[in-house]
Amino acid sequence: MAIDSDVLVVGGGLAAITSAIAAAREGADVRLVSHKASTLRQASGLIDALGYVPATEPAKPLREGPPTAGRELDRDEWPDPEGPLADPFEAIDRLPETHPYRVLGADALREGLALFDDLAGDAYRGGHTDSNALLPTFGGSVKPTARYPAAAEAGLASDDRPALIVGFRSLTEYDARAFAGRLEAAGVPFDVAGAEVEFAEAFRADTKVTRLAKALDHDEEIGGAPAREALAKAVGPHLHDVVDEAGGVDRVERVGFPAFLGDDRGDEVRAELADRLGADVFEIPMGPPSLPGLRLEDRLYDALDAEGVRFETGNPVVGIETESDGRIETVAVDRKGRETPYGADAFVLATGGLVGKGLDSDRESVREPIFDLHVEQPADRYEWFVDDAFGDQPYARFGVRIGEGARALDADGEPEYDNVFAAGGVVGGADAAREKSASGVSLATGIAAGRRAATEATQ
Amino acid sequence: MDQQVDVVVVGGGSTGCGVVRDLARRGLDAVLVEKGNLTHGTTGRMHGLLHSGGRYAVSDQKSARECIEENLVLRDIAAHCVEETGGLFVKRPEDSEEYFQEKLEGCKACDIPVEVIDGEEARRREPYLARDVEKAIALPDGAVDPFRLCVANAADAREHGARIETHAPVTDVLVEDGEVVGVEIEHETGPGKRVHREPGTTEQIRARHVVNATGAWAGNVGEMAGVDVEVRPSKGVMTVMNTRQVDTVINRCRPKGDADIIVPHETACILGTTDEEVDDPEDYPEEEWEVDLMIETLSELVPALKDARTLRSFWGVRPLYEPPGTGTEDPTDITRDYFLLDHGDRDDLPGMTTIVGGKLTTYRMMAESISDHVCDALGHDATCDTADAPLPGSEDPARMDELMDEFGLRSPVARRSGQRLGSRADGVLDQYDPNPVVCECEGVTRAEVQDAIGDAGSDLNAVRLRTRASMGNCQGGFCSHRIAAELAQEYPEPVVRDAEDELYQERWKGQRHALWGRQLSQAMLNHMLHATTMNRDGDPANLDREVDFGAFDAGAGSGTAGSDAGEGGDAGTAATDGGRAADDATTDGGI
Repeated sequence: MAIDSDVLVVGGGLAAITSAIAAAREGADVRLVSHKASTLRQASGLIDALGYVPATEPAKPLREGPPTAGRELDRDEWPDPEGPLADPFEAIDRLPETHPYRVLGADALREGLALFDDLAGDAYRGGHTDSNALLPTFGGSVKPTARYPAAAEAGLASDDRPALIVGFRSLTEYDARAFAGRLEAAGVPFDVAGAEVEFAEAFRADTKVTRLAKALDHDEEIGGAPAREALAKAVGPHLHDVVDEAGGVDRVERVGFPAFLGDDRGDEVRAELADRLGADVFEIPMGPPSLPGLRLEDRLYDALDAEGVRFETGNPVVGIETESDGRIETVAVDRKGRETPYGADAFVLATGGLVGKGLDSDRESVREPIFDLHVEQPADRYEWFVDDAFGDQPYARFGVRIGEGARALDADGEPEYDNVFAAGGVVGGADAAREKSASGVSLATGIAAGRRAATEATQ
Repeated sequence: MDQQVDVVVVGGGSTGCGVVRDLARRGLDAVLVEKGNLTHGTTGRMHGLLHSGGRYAVSDQKSARECIEENLVLRDIAAHCVEETGGLFVKRPEDSEEYFQEKLEGCKACDIPVEVIDGEEARRREPYLARDVEKAIALPDGAVDPFRLCVANAADAREHGARIETHAPVTDVLVEDGEVVGVEIEHETGPGKRVHREPGTTEQIRARHVVNATGAWAGNVGEMAGVDVEVRPSKGVMTVMNTRQVDTVINRCRPKGDADIIVPHETACILGTTDEEVDDPEDYPEEEWEVDLMIETLSELVPALKDARTLRSFWGVRPLYEPPGTGTEDPTDITRDYFLLDHGDRDDLPGMTTIVGGKLTTYRMMAESISDHVCDALGHDATCDTADAPLPGSEDPARMDELMDEFGLRSPVARRSGQRLGSRADGVLDQYDPNPVVCECEGVTRAEVQDAIGDAGSDLNAVRLRTRASMGNCQGGFCSHRIAAELAQEYPEPVVRDAEDELYQERWKGQRHALWGRQLSQAMLNHMLHATTMNRDGDPANLDREVDFGAFDAGAGSGTAGSDAGEGGDAGTAATDGGRAADDATTDGGI
């Protein structure tokens, strides 16, 4: 017996959840099936919409033929991108025509962000304006983003209050001094210093941030003092480290930490630290495992539950089971070795890109493994890349092409099936990494796919 | 300032490092100059095979004998650079029985200890070998780390008074009155260690003798002196797998051919190789078919390779040479023997000797023979002791085992650190507390990275070669920024930024040849981490245009969010209550 719903969403990340909720709000009966933990835990937790229009043409012709040896890499020079963009919406027209934003229009992004604001509530900021915010990244840069966790708010780069960046000798992700130097090189409008302090040293070397977060949540005893007090004490001596241009000492008004300030009780941890330091406290989003990403994941799954979407994780959708008249009827779900048919009137594919394994590849080709949807690609894998790691990488744009309503298209640009929609990283055409558009693409395609799937199913 | 020394050695590969060590130990005042890192040319781009001599036992028995002799020497003097993996020459049904017998007899004739085992025994030792492998010859092949080997030679030379200059290309060979009297070098950075953004200078080093040990590049140096050195560079691909499918060196037992060897190396396996003559050792195509050939052909020996993850591929150029007039057509037929060219005898240009050909396994023997020659030319009477004197780090291999507990490192990390550092581990590891792991794939700790920075300056590729940091599965995605952060104690921010970028791009270079399957996913993850999360590509610090910070959201409470766009002078309106708003964030979930 098939397990049936109006809309079946395949995937478990931001796009999947967005489309599931969007479909549910249109009145559809929605089920979500995801294989593994979502890649949200690898994401910074910032919700980028569009931060740059990167160059798609190199400044000098790309090499032809295979790469050549040459002890120094002969990098093609790529012009600077347009940006950082203060307004993510007005630049959409300057993206390539096949970009999902161009296909779906700026309103899809706007509505996707509005849905996100509704789901994230007070935990996120930035919804009060159409403008991007600039936030420090753990690489020591600042990046444009549309929405940011409340925990990161005091770190806004357009805020001119003097800031201290705190690093820990036992955490190797960044060095606070180089971090501060790089912010200065970016021309930030505030004075900044970096301090490497001892705190995490109380733990074994290589302690994960999740462990530190727990210690702060529970205010565990560290070296004779409660964790929060110990942390504030470690930072205390550096509150006057910032020197302004005139050589005067500024007392810092805000202090940035790697994003480990508590998990369940983050607000409480930040408030206590702020109180003890006499300065606002902010988190700097980090790489995996990312606490802001994990917190967002929890929040979104709670929302999914609240919206009445049934979901199950741990079972992969392995392929099409039955189809007729250009419509998919059922897909096969591998439940502990037994293939079970799941039927729906419409399907949303939101399985992620190359990282989330929504796209698979071998030496011959790149493919979408569930519906075998068309993935545009050069035939020769030596044309999947360019020589500059940060150039216009063809592989970064791999994915399923979509048309109006986020319907998945075939090689000729016609709908591959009448009832299959695609959202998020599996959709091609965007260079989300260089554009800083990953979350925005998920939200825009997610809401478009979810709504259209619901319409398709309830017609 | 110009310097007068006894000998300048040009080229920081295994030969040059071996020569400078030998000369320094004989009491000569020697300088090594290398245009890149140590091992930058061919030495750093080989598969890491420590030959038993088996490969040459049929075709070139002189080389085979030299190999087994030096193989035993290196196990002794460079224990921390060698892994005694053992090797197998395996025979598949379609491979010639006659050749198998020839190989066996050849090995015996060259005093290479051999044992013939059947297919079943071969698979007991190496379970991933193909089911139809019929039998094999077991012999003492091994794996050698060329980076550590060169660094250890250079370190020993320095301890004996030599000077080592890296990132110092030779721009001219000084010839006066028909005699070579030295070289001119350009310091791409300040003399000594390399530091990014440090301006270069030019320096003349006058010497009584110049040794040209630049391998495939020997023709270029010869040209500067006005002599012809006809090197025939031949390229070969090496494909790096993400794990050790085999723990023994696996050779295909057939006459000669591409894709016939798998060398276990540290945490990886390296598949090799091709043999194609190229015009220019700096500029030749790195081709897809070569990578595909490695995987297709070697999976006939180890079928698991077919679907295994490859991390990257790299190419090296062999410095093949044959005396003028030999006229061998196929590069695979050119001898692997080495040649010493005395330009006084050969070209009537005294003061310079070139060494070409040869192979890493016999580097020490080559160095000894050229050092004898130089001592002769200089009338210097001293004996060679490099076959007996242990290299720095290898004096007390047993000591490595004790390190595990001593430094509070988790055991695999400590074991790996101990292997890499050898007897130096003690002195290096106790410098840092805490001593967190910086590169997780390879288990490299801060202390090791700092030790390498002390030696190599801000050149993170040199740090990589010394420590293996960033050489694992992630290919620098999760660690290049962390390795760079280790520079921050000593170097200013712009140096850290440039060094990080250089390492990241270097790691990308090899991944281009492994861009499918899991490594393509890894590349995308790296791209997302560095471009999306860190914004390294769009960092205003690197962009020409200035950013109007005032045009961006300054917080809900500022009342000016995005509203002052265009008024550059008004940048940075403070969100005075922005932080407090954050503190008030509700915990009721809100949805």
